[in-house]
Amino acid sequence: MISWLLWLLGGLLGGGIVHLATVLYLPRTATQDAYSRLAPITTVNQTVAMPAPAPKTAIMPFMDPAFATAVCRYDLSSGALKLTAPVSSAYTSVSFYTRYGLAYYAINDRAAGRRVIELELMTAQQRSDLPEEEDVTAADRLIVESPTTTGLIVIRALISEPGLATTVRAVLAQARCVQQPQ
Amino acid sequence: MRLLFGSLISFTLAAAIGLGATWFALTRGAAFGSIALGAWTAWPKTGTLDIDPYARAVIARSGELPVGLGDGVAFVARRDDRGRALDGRCDTVISGITPQARYWTIALYDQDGQLVANTVNRHGFTSQEVTRRSDGSFEIAVAPRARPGNWLPTGGIERYALLMRLYDTPVGVATRTGREAPMPAIAQRGCP
Repeated sequence: MISWLLWLLGGLLGGGIVHLATVLYLPRTATQDAYSRLAPITTVNQTVAMPAPAPKTAIMPFMDPAFATAVCRYDLSSGALKLTAPVSSAYTSVSFYTRYGLAYYAINDRAAGRRVIELELMTAQQRSDLPEEEDVTAADRLIVESPTTTGLIVIRALISEPGLATTVRAVLAQARCVQQPQ
Repeated sequence: MRLLFGSLISFTLAAAIGLGATWFALTRGAAFGSIALGAWTAWPKTGTLDIDPYARAVIARSGELPVGLGDGVAFVARRDDRGRALDGRCDTVISGITPQARYWTIALYDQDGQLVANTVNRHGFTSQEVTRRSDGSFEIAVAPRARPGNWLPTGGIERYALLMRLYDTPVGVATRTGREAPMPAIAQRGCP
């Protein structure tokens, strides 16, 4: 009798381990995560304007219909990246996601405080390889460190009224992400 | 024999409990660190690297990109103030004021997070578009058929979710009470 109870207890403990392991491992196996969804319609290290989310056919779930979106799918393995995004009339933000869709940095037009949001994206290694004086002198240089070599930069601009859609999309089309020479 | 039998039961139990709990957690959207204000719930930590493993798994499975915390906060409502599931065949009124934010948007999705087709191509409102009363409060009618004022069509679908996103807002991880962040009320009437 006791031994059966022990087997049962073992099963319960095992269940807990299986549960934790699957929850932790699942993001690595997902085939329909945001990065995988965007990969076929984007080019590496280039900004691509996303089509406005339409009923039933939006690329990702829960996209905000009031926003125009551009995506730069990046790969830092052959050098850092420079992002320039002009600010539209209402609200513009730049969000950085890892390969697994985790938001590790986001900045909006007001926090950037300029008409053009300029950021440099690099890995921790590339940052530490920067010449020292360069790092010191560039006081207003915004450097973002990416925890993964690949990931997504999402530039969003608010279309505050439907009539502004064309203007906002035109401004967003000016956004660029450019690989820096090493 | 007894060892074989025992370990078999043990392993089956482990697999069933483990996978069952994972499935349950992911479909119910169990994540820690939520802020619940009235009918609305937000997970501000989901927009940071401090995201908990459950929210991570949910995101990987659904394929969405969470709103980064430096960008804004997303509040979701799947039920009204009285705890009844939002039904697209009812006349629902969202009324009140919003927490401090430079801009906000509200949008309606089906259960898969897709927009719902309707004749007027209206899927949501922005804080600039919505018509307000003289005291600054607003009222949005979420209904299957046209309503005067701010009408958000449901397309008559049975279950839907509302997402209110606040952009450039002080609302975040530290927000606790409804006094700091007054979210609009959701009331359903005239359900079939």
